[in-house]
Amino acid sequence: MEAVKLVYPVEGGDLIEAGEASSKMKLTLKKLGLPPDVIRRASICMYEGEINMVIHADGGQAEVDVGMDEIVIRMIDQGPGIPDIDRAMQEGYSTAGDMARDLGFGAGMGLPNMKRYSDEMDIETEVGKGTTVTIKIKI
Amino acid sequence: MKLSEVRDILDAEVLYGEDELDREVFSACGSDFMSDVLAYVKNQALLLTGLVNPQVIRTADMMDMKCVAFVRGKQPDENVLALARERDMVIMRAPIRMYDACGKLYAAGLRGDV
Repeated sequence: MEAVKLVYPVEGGDLIEAGEASSKMKLTLKKLGLPPDVIRRASICMYEGEINMVIHADGGQAEVDVGMDEIVIRMIDQGPGIPDIDRAMQEGYSTAGDMARDLGFGAGMGLPNMKRYSDEMDIETEVGKGTTVTIKIKI
Repeated sequence: MKLSEVRDILDAEVLYGEDELDREVFSACGSDFMSDVLAYVKNQALLLTGLVNPQVIRTADMMDMKCVAFVRGKQPDENVLALARERDMVIMRAPIRMYDACGKLYAAGLRGDV
C-alpha cells in the first residue's frame, strides 16, 4: 500500500458538529482495508482530539499519514496552549465548561484516552500560541 | 442476544432500524459520559444512555456499536436520527430508567464484558 496523506479542517465553536473529521477518516481507513482494531484506536484518538480542539482551541486541523506500518495523526491548533501538561494528562482533570459536560465530555478523559489507545503520543504546546498533539498507531 | 429481544425486554420503541433487529449483540454498556464509553468499552455492541445528542451516535460509531438505546423515554431529535441512519445504527427508546434497563438486560443474560 502506498502512503496516504489526509487533511481535515476542524471547525471551531460548534461542539454539536464535532466529530465529523473523525467519521470521515474512519470511513477512509476502512476503504484502505486496515485492521478493525487499528481503525478503532485511530478513530477514538482523533475523535477525542477533535473534541478537545473544539472545546479549547476554536478548531484547527487534523493531518493523518497512513504508512506501511503506522498511522500518524497530528492535531494542530492555534489555541491557548496547555499550561500544565502533567495535570492535563491526569484522568479526571478538566478545564472544559458546561457545554462540553452537557454533551458527555469534559470529564478529564480526552488526553488520557488518546494516550491509552495510541502506541506513542507527543504534545508540543506553547501558552498563547497553540498545541500540536501527535499520535502514532502501529498497524 | 438479538436486538429484537433487547427491544422486548426494555419494552422499547424502535426509532430506526426495524429491519435490523436480527442483529446479535453479545455485551452492552450503560453510561451518560461519552469519554468513559471511549475509555472503557471494548466490544460492547449496545450502548444504553440517557444522553440525547449527536455525540452519542458518533461515540457509538467510533466504537463500532450496532445499537443505541435511549433510556428514561428520551426522544432524540431529527439530527441524531439522521446520523444514525447514515451509520446504519439501530436506535431504540425505552421508557424505563438506566438502572432498571441495565438490570433487566443483565438478568436476561446480556453481560457487560465477554
